[in-house]
Amino acid sequence: MSDPLNLLWLQSGGCGGCTMSLLNAESPDVLGCLDMAGINLLWHPSLSLETGLQVTNILNDIAAGKIKLDILCLEGSVIRGPNNTGKFHMLAGTGEPMMHWVERLSAQAEYVVAVGTCAAYGGITAAGGNPSDACGMQYDGEKKGGLLGADFRSKVNMPVVNIAGCPTHPNWVTDTLAEIALGDFSEANMDSLGRPRSYADQLVHHGCTRNEFYEFKASAEKPSDLGCMMEHMGCVGTQAHADCNTRLWNGEGSCIRGGYACINCTAPGFEEPGHNFTQTPKIAGIPVGLPTDMPKAWFVALASLSKAATPERLKKNAVADHIEVAPSIHLKNKR
Amino acid sequence: MSRRIIGPFNRVEGDLEVQLDIEDGQVNDAWVVSPMYRGFEQMLHGKNPTDAMTYVPRICGICSVAQSVAAAYAIADAQGIQMPKNGELATNLILANENLADHLTHFYMFFMPDFTRDVYQNEPWFDTMKTRFYPVKGTAAKDMLPARAQFMHMMGMLAGKWPHTLSIQPGGTSRAITAVEKVRLLGILYQFRSFLENTLFGDKLEHIANLSSSKDLQAWVMQNEHRQSDFGAFLTIADSLNLAAMGNATDHFMSFGVYPVAGKKLFDAGVWQDGIASPLQPETIKEDVSHSWMKNGSEPKHPREGVTIPDPDMKDGYTWCKAPRLGGDVVEVGALARQLVNGHPLIQSLVAESGGNVRNRIVARLLELALVVVEMEKWVKEVQPDEPFYHLTSMPDEAEGAGMMEAARGSLGHWLQVKNGRILNYQIIAPTTWNFAPRDIHGQLGALEQALLGAPVREGEDTPVSVQHIVRSFDPCMVCTVH
Repeated sequence: MSDPLNLLWLQSGGCGGCTMSLLNAESPDVLGCLDMAGINLLWHPSLSLETGLQVTNILNDIAAGKIKLDILCLEGSVIRGPNNTGKFHMLAGTGEPMMHWVERLSAQAEYVVAVGTCAAYGGITAAGGNPSDACGMQYDGEKKGGLLGADFRSKVNMPVVNIAGCPTHPNWVTDTLAEIALGDFSEANMDSLGRPRSYADQLVHHGCTRNEFYEFKASAEKPSDLGCMMEHMGCVGTQAHADCNTRLWNGEGSCIRGGYACINCTAPGFEEPGHNFTQTPKIAGIPVGLPTDMPKAWFVALASLSKAATPERLKKNAVADHIEVAPSIHLKNKR
Repeated sequence: MSRRIIGPFNRVEGDLEVQLDIEDGQVNDAWVVSPMYRGFEQMLHGKNPTDAMTYVPRICGICSVAQSVAAAYAIADAQGIQMPKNGELATNLILANENLADHLTHFYMFFMPDFTRDVYQNEPWFDTMKTRFYPVKGTAAKDMLPARAQFMHMMGMLAGKWPHTLSIQPGGTSRAITAVEKVRLLGILYQFRSFLENTLFGDKLEHIANLSSSKDLQAWVMQNEHRQSDFGAFLTIADSLNLAAMGNATDHFMSFGVYPVAGKKLFDAGVWQDGIASPLQPETIKEDVSHSWMKNGSEPKHPREGVTIPDPDMKDGYTWCKAPRLGGDVVEVGALARQLVNGHPLIQSLVAESGGNVRNRIVARLLELALVVVEMEKWVKEVQPDEPFYHLTSMPDEAEGAGMMEAARGSLGHWLQVKNGRILNYQIIAPTTWNFAPRDIHGQLGALEQALLGAPVREGEDTPVSVQHIVRSFDPCMVCTVH
């Protein structure tokens, strides 16, 4: 039996939602997963007993190399403001900006993991005028850099692992940590934005329960309608990298199953789409953001064709909040 | 006398630092510091009002639905519309799901683990508590987490995901409930009720809800099967450590009221002081920034006119938290306030005896678990699957609105002004902003600051355990506090 891996979890400019989401993990729950993977929690702000001086002692010992740090997780963005002082987030009890602690501890870590879109790219905290000058660990929006710099490598020569999502699905986190613990996770398991490919090589569109409406461009017009939300409601599930409709949330949900648009929360810059989140921007009646892997002209041609062929059933159900017309029943042996 | 700085203060949501002056074995003065600022109110300026529905839940991952509901109410108020009854019922179910999960998480993972500290190793209950509630390793979390996760399947069904749903909208909810889903929701509630009755209470929810005085509660815990439950274990410890004498604040309580169905709230709005209930006067709410890292300029302002301009170098400032006051007074908010204002006899009896304190805050929270699950079962049955869940709405170019409700931790208010179709001003006062506020211009200490005065400090303690009980008894949410 090998030694357990030491994990330290810190929170900065975020909402704690990725930890709260992590508590939703099932089979096993998050504590069971850590146990299963042989991960020892050095400290986690929501879970651990140690408070105050006990915590700063742990942090100082890690920084001094007295305690081995296998995995450093940061949840929430790095807060640099105002004027690069980091004063908008001082780590309680230490009189020092959190960003300095994150820098210092990252230098000691075998793996550095950004949990959530804030820690990965800046996320919602960087929205509006970005009042706190938030950025990610190794990205500032789409640009490499962030707090640690574009060339940062952890002690095992890995860039920051970006488990993006707002929040992250609990299993994106537990799976990645367990893969790291098994020694099965390398740079080849990450996409070009640093996200684990285990979930980021898929599209939210995959497994969408509204696919039949999508096929015929039978569209929802208002919240609670059953139709496809791409045409009017701002849904970008065809472009968003995540497996939300095949690996469900809270037992059986996804944004789309909950009746609202996919806003691509695993992507850098999702916080400022340049239009209303729940309205599809269009030019000459055609949505601007079309599926990424498809020639635009083909999409438009196919869409107008399928729209002309939309069955009455889908047309009616698309703008209702429950099934108004059931699929018809064909009996084989008619008398 | 020197100032002792305690942080990072964990097992609270977000970042907290507490500074104490300690003299003669007790806390002589206290300053409560919220050390992290993101600036959501600034971010929202100039946005399309409906985009607030995407941003505000992300203020907080533990009370994200509460933030959504407050925003939906504020926008609905500005639009002059009302949700259909189904929309109200579904919103209440989603909100109650979050609030109750919060109460559960707080009790099992944030509050109880402090009784496993070595400082208590000579107590007769210590070994049992350590086996049950020790962080990460204890049996309690292993029992509670699966029950919590299954209870939150309700979120999967009604809200798509938690946290950060967009199902809640000013005009209702975007997810209709079918007839067969009513059955499945009742199934989820049945399972959660079983956990509460078998593990937390060791008794029927209705019996807990009907406890009507402190005498009743004492008699209840004397029964062996009750004493063995987690609630019973807490009451035993509360008795042995006299937690009812710890953490008394202003004893002036406020609730905005919550869970409306067709014009009537399950828990009423109001104010409670010295045994007297009175109506809430929202116009007398003002935020003072004399001790915040905020540019202040002039007088305390009603949130409708409030401004948020951060300045870390502000003289006299020691926190990012503003200091909200009701008619100039410091008030306490939370489950205890809510049940007191709504007139629950057990809570009124406990507060009449010993005021607001560590024990009574916990009792009120657990009582709500019993009260609200019973109500959720009724709401599910009231849903009419053939009726609408959502009314189409539109935003006037010029409007203002307020959304006032109760999150798990107490009164949450959003105030919104729209000009030229864009958000001109958006101000938020969260529950912990009330409870963990700093001093105001008159030198009045915030509620927690008052509650910490006199807290006992044992020989050799760096981070007094009494201070930890008091702080966590409020179940603070620091990310909401300063947003």
